[in-house]
Order: sequence, then C-alpha cells, then structure tokens
Amino acid sequence: MKQLQVVHYLNQFFAQIGGEDKADIPPETKTGPVGPGMAFQAAFGQDANIVATIACGDSYFNENADTALTDILEKIASFKPDLVVCGPAFNAGRYGVACGAVASAVRDKLNIPAITGMYIENPGVDLYKSTVHIVSTKDSAAGMRDAVSQMVPLALKLARGEEIGSASEEGYIPMGIRKNFFDAKRGSRRAVDMLLRKMAGEPFETEFPMPDFDRVTPNAAIKDISKAKIALVTSGGIVPKGNPDHIESSSASKFGKYDIEGVSDLDAQTYETAHGGYDPVYANEDADRVLPVDILREFERQGKIGSLSRYFYSTVGNGTAVASAKKYAQAIGEELLADGVDAVILTST
Amino acid sequence: MVKEIERAGIPVAHLCTVVPISMTVGANRIVPTVAIPYPLGNPQATAEEEKELRRKLLDKALGALSTEVDDQTVFE
Repeated sequence: MKQLQVVHYLNQFFAQIGGEDKADIPPETKTGPVGPGMAFQAAFGQDANIVATIACGDSYFNENADTALTDILEKIASFKPDLVVCGPAFNAGRYGVACGAVASAVRDKLNIPAITGMYIENPGVDLYKSTVHIVSTKDSAAGMRDAVSQMVPLALKLARGEEIGSASEEGYIPMGIRKNFFDAKRGSRRAVDMLLRKMAGEPFETEFPMPDFDRVTPNAAIKDISKAKIALVTSGGIVPKGNPDHIESSSASKFGKYDIEGVSDLDAQTYETAHGGYDPVYANEDADRVLPVDILREFERQGKIGSLSRYFYSTVGNGTAVASAKKYAQAIGEELLADGVDAVILTST
Repeated sequence: MVKEIERAGIPVAHLCTVVPISMTVGANRIVPTVAIPYPLGNPQATAEEEKELRRKLLDKALGALSTEVDDQTVFE
C-alpha cells in the first residue's frame, strides 16, 4: 500500500517554539515531525510519513484568522499531502479554534482529508464538529497517548477513503450525520426497552439526542445609559496585586469580588492578572487594558454613565469547566441584581 | 458567564477578541476588541492613544447596551 504523506499542524507551544511569549508568531514550516508529531509518526509506522509540520502562534491565528488561514493552507498545499492532522488541542481554546479552522479548510478548500482532536468543552468543538472529524480527547496533554491511539486509526481510514463507522465506534465527536441501517429489533421494541430501562433507573442511550441550543433571549436595551449603573466583570483574571483569593491560573475553582470604590486607575503596583494561558505582561503593566476602570470612571465623571458599580467580579477563563463558569456567573448575577446593576460590561481575553 | 448574567435579567456587552468563541458561548451583544492579551489596549501606542482606544471601544459597548437586539449581534 502506498505510504501516505502527512502534514501536521501545531501551535507554538507544541511545536517547541515557545510559550505565551511566542503566541503571536505567524505560521512557519518545519521539516518532518515535531513534538507530538513524534508520537504520531511512531503510531503511523510505515503506513504514513509526516513530511512537514506547520506551526502558528495561537494568538496570531485568532487575531488574524483570514490571513493566517490562507498562509497555512498555501504552506500545506505545497506538500500535496494525503492527510492533515491538527493538534490535538485538548482544552486549549484558541488552539482548538485554530485546529478546527485549519482542518475544516483543508477538507473543504483543498479536498484533503483532515482530522483533529479536542476536549468536548473546547470552543472549537461547537464551531467545527459538523464539518470535520474531531476525536474526543482528555482536557490536558496528559491525554496525549490516548489521543494519538484514537486519532491514528481514524486518520488512516479517512486518508484511504475507507468507510467511517459511527461516532461512538470511532471515538470522534458526533457530527450530526444520520445513516440508515436495519436493526434486528424494530423501533417500537427498542423504544419500550429504553423506557423500561429508564423506569428502572438503569443507563440507556437515546437514538436521537436532542440538540443542545442553550440560548438566552437578549434583555431589553438600556433606555438612558447616562442614568445606568454599570458593573465590570471579566474572565481575564484581573485581581488586586498578590491575588488575595488565590484564583488559580487555570481551571479556576472560584471567582473574586473586589471593591473599587475610589479607584480611578488600575496600575502595575496595585493590580495584576491571575490568568495563565495568555501572555500576562500587558495586563500586569496596566490592568485597564483588560478591565477598563480608568475610562469608565471618566465616563462616570462626565455623566456619560450613571455610575460604575462598587465591585468588579473576576475569574480565570483558562481551561475552566463550563459548569464552573456557569455556577460563578449565576452567583455573580444574583449579586448584581441585588446591587441594582442595570448593565454589565464583560471582558474576555 | 455572559449567558448566565444575561439570564439573570441584566443586559451584557461582551468585549472580546475572538468573536467566534463569543458567538458559541451565546453572547447577545458582542464588541470585538484588539488582541487576546490586551483586549482594550495597545502596548505599542502611547498611554494617551491607548486611553482613546479604550474610550472608542467603551463608547461602542455603551451603544450596544442601548440598542435593542433580537438575536446575537456583533457591533463592529
């Protein structure tokens, strides 16, 4: 069988170029496998050969999505590969978005099979699960070995144009494609079986999961913003210097509530960010770049807004579970209502 | 977070750089910002230029909060 030619897409971190300080590098090409590419190459064996690795900074990709994607596609196309592997990105949000975008574009624009891997809560999953095969991985790079062993067989099948089994058989995140087949038991029998299991409190698997469209209807606009009390909330991890509540740099277990009465500027002596996963230098120099207290105070003085609420709320978005973020925000929402806040400006990094 | 605060009954303007993520999480009033590590800043600019940039973005945010929307809306 012909040896398949593979191009691998990685971010700056996994391509061993650098950490957050290198997150703004434009796409570059490296020969052969790099970093996790070594594990993929070992698993591919003689079946496939990683000819090149394209690396791009996560921030660069997300801040320049169109140009970055065009550049990456050109670089990939120049190798005429049979398959493109992206990531896996685990629970890294910017990386997941990049992997999903690259894999989808490779499939749709270059007509080359592509695969990626992510943790189910990665924002890249919702964006790209219907267009590309995303193998379900753990939430951190500790799950690399499992991810490789799941991605490689599916990648080879995709590259060879073989038939792909169901999402649960192959380990990818359901793409929303239905396939007809004949089951040994007819529908009424299966439905009654399922109902009996449900009534007995036993586990059962629905044949038609309801799509999860959790959308909130927009609230009415503020009639007179010059009378409104506005609160600041951030997932960018801005905290008083020293991080008094010890909010974790990733997978935050809490949120903080901080009094800014009389504070008209966040400076490097008094505020910083607790957030990992983005370069903290700029926020530490001037936290107003993430949480704009300075200008909102100015607006308050000028009467552009009614007032800036006394407290701001902060947590770290990095790798934090959706269920946790939801819980924190419910608690924050209740407090804001009790404080008579009319509107919220929420900043994310 | 945006969604839960909105659900509590308070309109939220989401200021963020990666708009597709904001769309996925279900923000209703979205204002695109500058860069991931400094959504409301620009380290290459002077302090006064940065403030002007922040004023513009916050004016947009106030505009978004004062505008009725039926669906997810990006305020460019």
